[in-house]
Amino acid sequence: MEASKVIHAFYTDDEVLLDAVKTVKADHHHIEEVFCPFPVHGLDKALGLAPTKLAITAFFYGITGLSFAIWMTNYIMIEDWPMDIGGKPSFSWIENMPAFVPIMFELTVFFAAHLMVITFYMRSRLWPFKDAENPDPRTTDDHFLMEIPVNNNEETLVALLSKTGAVEINIVDKH
Amino acid sequence: MSHYEAPIREPLVLGDKSYHDITEDIAKPIEGAANKNWYIAFYISLAAMLWGFGCIFYTVGTGIGVWGLNKNIGWAWDITNFVWWVGIGHAGTLISAVLLLFRQKWRMAINRSAEAMTIFAVFQAGLFPIIHMGRPWNAYWVLPLPNQFGSLWVNFNSPLLWDVFAISTYLSVSLVFWWTGLLPDFAMIRDRAVKPFQKKIYALLSFGWSGRAKDWQRFEEVSLVLAGLATPLVLSVHTIVSMDFATSINPGWHSTIFPPYFVAGAIFSGFAMVQTLLGIMRKVTNLEDYITRMHIEYMNIVIILTGGIVAVAYATEFFIAWYTGSPYENYTYLSVGAATGPYWWAFWSLITFNIVIPQLLWIKKFRRSFIITFIISIAINIGMWFERFDIIAIVLSKGHLPSTWWRFEPTFVDVGIFIGTIGFFFVLFLLYARTFPVIAQAEVKTILKSSGEFYKKRSEQGIPTKPVIEVTSIAAINGVSNNNKNG
Repeated sequence: MEASKVIHAFYTDDEVLLDAVKTVKADHHHIEEVFCPFPVHGLDKALGLAPTKLAITAFFYGITGLSFAIWMTNYIMIEDWPMDIGGKPSFSWIENMPAFVPIMFELTVFFAAHLMVITFYMRSRLWPFKDAENPDPRTTDDHFLMEIPVNNNEETLVALLSKTGAVEINIVDKH
Repeated sequence: MSHYEAPIREPLVLGDKSYHDITEDIAKPIEGAANKNWYIAFYISLAAMLWGFGCIFYTVGTGIGVWGLNKNIGWAWDITNFVWWVGIGHAGTLISAVLLLFRQKWRMAINRSAEAMTIFAVFQAGLFPIIHMGRPWNAYWVLPLPNQFGSLWVNFNSPLLWDVFAISTYLSVSLVFWWTGLLPDFAMIRDRAVKPFQKKIYALLSFGWSGRAKDWQRFEEVSLVLAGLATPLVLSVHTIVSMDFATSINPGWHSTIFPPYFVAGAIFSGFAMVQTLLGIMRKVTNLEDYITRMHIEYMNIVIILTGGIVAVAYATEFFIAWYTGSPYENYTYLSVGAATGPYWWAFWSLITFNIVIPQLLWIKKFRRSFIITFIISIAINIGMWFERFDIIAIVLSKGHLPSTWWRFEPTFVDVGIFIGTIGFFFVLFLLYARTFPVIAQAEVKTILKSSGEFYKKRSEQGIPTKPVIEVTSIAAINGVSNNNKNG
């Protein structure tokens, strides 16, 4: 099957890679994926990746945590079993609220941090026993890999990539 | 992409390193065999840990009466050790979160180990309240769970319960922050492992990290947001710990200065512990090119700052205690009464180790010396332990009624459990140093071109960091094959 054929172009320098991505993009080729050993600044823009919305989810998770803390302190301390502790009776949530600020803060952080990280792991498909998907083990060391699908344009692509500073170009049958 | 950094800044990575050299250097302690010193340190720590566990079993089996507590001093060594360990933990989060927000690149060489220290220290801290419960199997009663005891709930007005929430949030958030940062580094070890078992373990630990462009984009955003969340979190934790004391009505404890003063003290002691650990680790793991003299100096500057805040807080407490004219205040831990009373040695240990000795760091030569830094860091660790001991034991030993005056004498069980936690801490740290990538190598690679010695020298000569592209640099152009090496 022709469509499953891809080119793997390897680079050993982040700046060369970034220029190569721009060159390939400028020539109107689709870049399927880039695997990097460390974050390369500006790569997401060069690839045209949309900004991640994880920070926004964290904000809403934080709001959820805060609401949960308010509900919990109100239910436990005011509604279910109000007690007069140290001459400070629990008759109204708002009057007791200063004592609940630490709990409200901690639960906001707890929900925001954990749910955001869980969302990140789910979206990026990271969990225990998950198999790695980088096609070459060198991409976690010092090699950058650009994956470009081939559509009957093998020669053009190889010729283009050879000029961008790739150190190795492989044409691979992808399953 | 600019890799420029002012030449006046000292390099953060010494030597002529490439990206691959960083991989090799960080992987070496994991892939090589442990040396004799590691085993000696490990077995000593293990022995201390087992002794501590024995003392814990003795305490739980017999009762809290085996400690030196009495009718007047209801908590002493356990809460001292708890606060001491929590405080030590603070430096890790400060380095990884606060310094990330301030864009301090020097954090990258030390954040991994500092965070490991945080997590292991909070483990030790958590042990003490649980043992002090006497019936540790009922520890889950601190959680707001629906139960069968009548509608008995936990009391959210109590600072002790705030502590439960603060410490557990702190521990768990630090843990995921640490682990998320570890994923690319575990993946690096996984991809170069030759032994199948080792490969399996690191594949499991790395959660299948592949390093796609989108993953890195999310990774960076998650790190930034976690740092933003962890920064107020770390300040809240010791604030809440200080409220265990500050919300009480004891003279000496009932003090509004406690929250900022405890936070500064925590960072002070935490940085001292980082210095102690890294001073040894950089030698043992041959990572002297990454944890440089400059890193040590920067941490010493933080120690001078936080130590200064602590000293000012002591002076304020001392002055206010005297200025009130209240006779009770003369029994607080910072008073003439304390300096000349039965606990004079604890008072003067605090002053010497925490205020006098750290002033040596104003001298640049000392600040940049590994051995003097190491000695001073040990002194601060001792001093900060005495601070908590003084706050608790001295204040409680003299209550409002002279008939209740009683002194605290630790038993061998008190001492044993404390030594046990030190042993446990070092067991965890030593195992960590042999099995985890102790430096965030993926992050260090991002600053190599701007802050590496080799590249800095080149950029001074006007040589660009980007290599010149040559068509002949292609090693191979391979035809159709199925070399999908990771399946």
